[in-house]
Amino acid sequence: MQATLKPDVATSSAEPVLRVEDLKAYYQMNYFGVTREVRAVDDITLTIQRNEIYGIAGESSSGKSSLIKTIAGAIRPPLRVVAGSVRFDFGGRTLDVYDDPEAMRAARWRHLSYVMQGSMNVLNPVRRVKHAFHDFAVRHMGLSPSAFRARVEAHLEQIGLDPQVLEAYPHQLSGGMRQRLAIGLATVCEPEFIIADEPTTALDVLVQQDVLALIKDVQMRLGSSIIFVTHDMTVHAAIADRIGIIYAGRLVEEGPTQAMFERPQHPYTAHLIASLPRIGDTTRRQSLPGKPPNLADPPSGCRFHPRCPLAVAKCASESPPLLPRGEGRVACWRAGEVAAA
Amino acid sequence: MSALLQLDHVGRSYPVGGLFARGKMQAVKDLSFTLDAERPEIFTIVGESGSGKTTTARMILGNEVPTSGAIRFLGKDVTTIRSRGDRLAFMAKVQPIFQNPFEAFNPLTTLDFYLFSTARRFLGLKTRGEIDAAADKALQHVGLSLAEVRGRYSHELSGGQLQRIAVARALIPGPKLIVADEPVSMVDASLRMSIVNLFRTLRDELGVTIIYITHDLSTAYYISDRVIIMHKGAVIEAGEARAVLGHPSQDYSRALRNAVLPPDPVAARRIINERLERRRSGLAEGAG
Repeated sequence: MQATLKPDVATSSAEPVLRVEDLKAYYQMNYFGVTREVRAVDDITLTIQRNEIYGIAGESSSGKSSLIKTIAGAIRPPLRVVAGSVRFDFGGRTLDVYDDPEAMRAARWRHLSYVMQGSMNVLNPVRRVKHAFHDFAVRHMGLSPSAFRARVEAHLEQIGLDPQVLEAYPHQLSGGMRQRLAIGLATVCEPEFIIADEPTTALDVLVQQDVLALIKDVQMRLGSSIIFVTHDMTVHAAIADRIGIIYAGRLVEEGPTQAMFERPQHPYTAHLIASLPRIGDTTRRQSLPGKPPNLADPPSGCRFHPRCPLAVAKCASESPPLLPRGEGRVACWRAGEVAAA
Repeated sequence: MSALLQLDHVGRSYPVGGLFARGKMQAVKDLSFTLDAERPEIFTIVGESGSGKTTTARMILGNEVPTSGAIRFLGKDVTTIRSRGDRLAFMAKVQPIFQNPFEAFNPLTTLDFYLFSTARRFLGLKTRGEIDAAADKALQHVGLSLAEVRGRYSHELSGGQLQRIAVARALIPGPKLIVADEPVSMVDASLRMSIVNLFRTLRDELGVTIIYITHDLSTAYYISDRVIIMHKGAVIEAGEARAVLGHPSQDYSRALRNAVLPPDPVAARRIINERLERRRSGLAEGAG
């Protein structure tokens, strides 16, 4: 197994592997002449370094899945990119996702891969697992059939699966094995960038840690970057280097995991962390009042203000910009006062 | 003490295999517990998938007949309920809440229909005003109101809100027991606590006993009074929740407890790194 060594730290820190700039992607629908616009990804700017695991957190329908689909270039109407850009840097070569579809197609799977939500839905139920590997990966690797097979088998052993699973049908495998296969599929070409959508959500508790350790292991071995989405903050705590919190289509806070758990700057982040139950602690957890905003008609000003315990008049009228603060960035008019509250 | 629900050495097996390899799969083995009618509580059944917790729920609801033992609700064996009237009376007292609120509600039906038809069927209400009042009262208990729900479809609301509507629907007949099968596993972590807190309120304010079925030990610890841990159909540990989940005595319970990631980056990272070391040294590889 030719495990790619981690890139040198000195060179890796130079150029981020992903730059998302002022990205806006809206669901634009037209029903009988009435246009409806859902702003699922609204003005998001972020960069991801080489060798980094970046976690995106947020409640359902906050636009976090839309964001990573947009980053992956895997969107179809009615979701459209309205403004902004997504640029990858693969070994010095810049790739604009929405400017160069041809280059994007060539880069997919080789440089950029995707672990989809719900491992059972990835594998075709009426075909053996080996066909999935063949369909996804063979044309990106340029190997002879026997060499390809040997490579896949070696790769499966690395992720703790018996190569015999290649001959199995998906229904013969457990959920944990299928999720490992989905990860195996996404990493067999040793991509530099992996996108994962809820990689552990459908799994049994006992398998979850194994899969997280596997993701971490593969990432360290390949030296790739991972962006992943989950609403489970404990998963972020376990593997993310940095976390971005999405609320109603906007990035409201971003920072290193440890710092965010210790000193959340945004009241929404503070709520997410404070509401986590812990074994050994039965003090009553507050739940957030109100309901998640409707992205077709988001609240004015700061989108969190109707549910925010710290909201002041300014919050309802002016949208706070995402500004650097401490080790990360935060979009809140009262950012400094959260920790004290 | 009078028993609300009594499970007496309940077992359930399913035939498996084909013509030549006939066998039995014991989904639930020799399960016994009693819930007290006078003292409402949150009784939690914990286990991984395939441990028999859903089969247990289905037997309590009368959807599945035990192959051995008996389930008695208020002293009456639930398998002897035959007539339509008895069945209705039983269902009014024992209400379910399902795992996936997006599947529990028909996407083409407005949500208020579920509330209204439950009110008509169990409370025998006829007039519009009475039905609306009953639905609104139930929705108030879960922090919603009929004005917010009327005419809405399931895709318009979040999972947490849908699950609260499911609880409101279950409250309409005035149940003594609610069987909630994985009620928060499809709900966002950030909305989970609102459902879990709601169960507490129901127990304290309405005196409803709740059977809370889950694989999530951290919420189980947070709200349960008593807990049983099931593994492969059998109860391996039972007792007062804080004691059992705080200091599990069986290896399997300990494994389950250790599978809960702590909401603390330092501790969670250490757990993942330990797993990683074990992976690498090729030792324990998780059963798979």
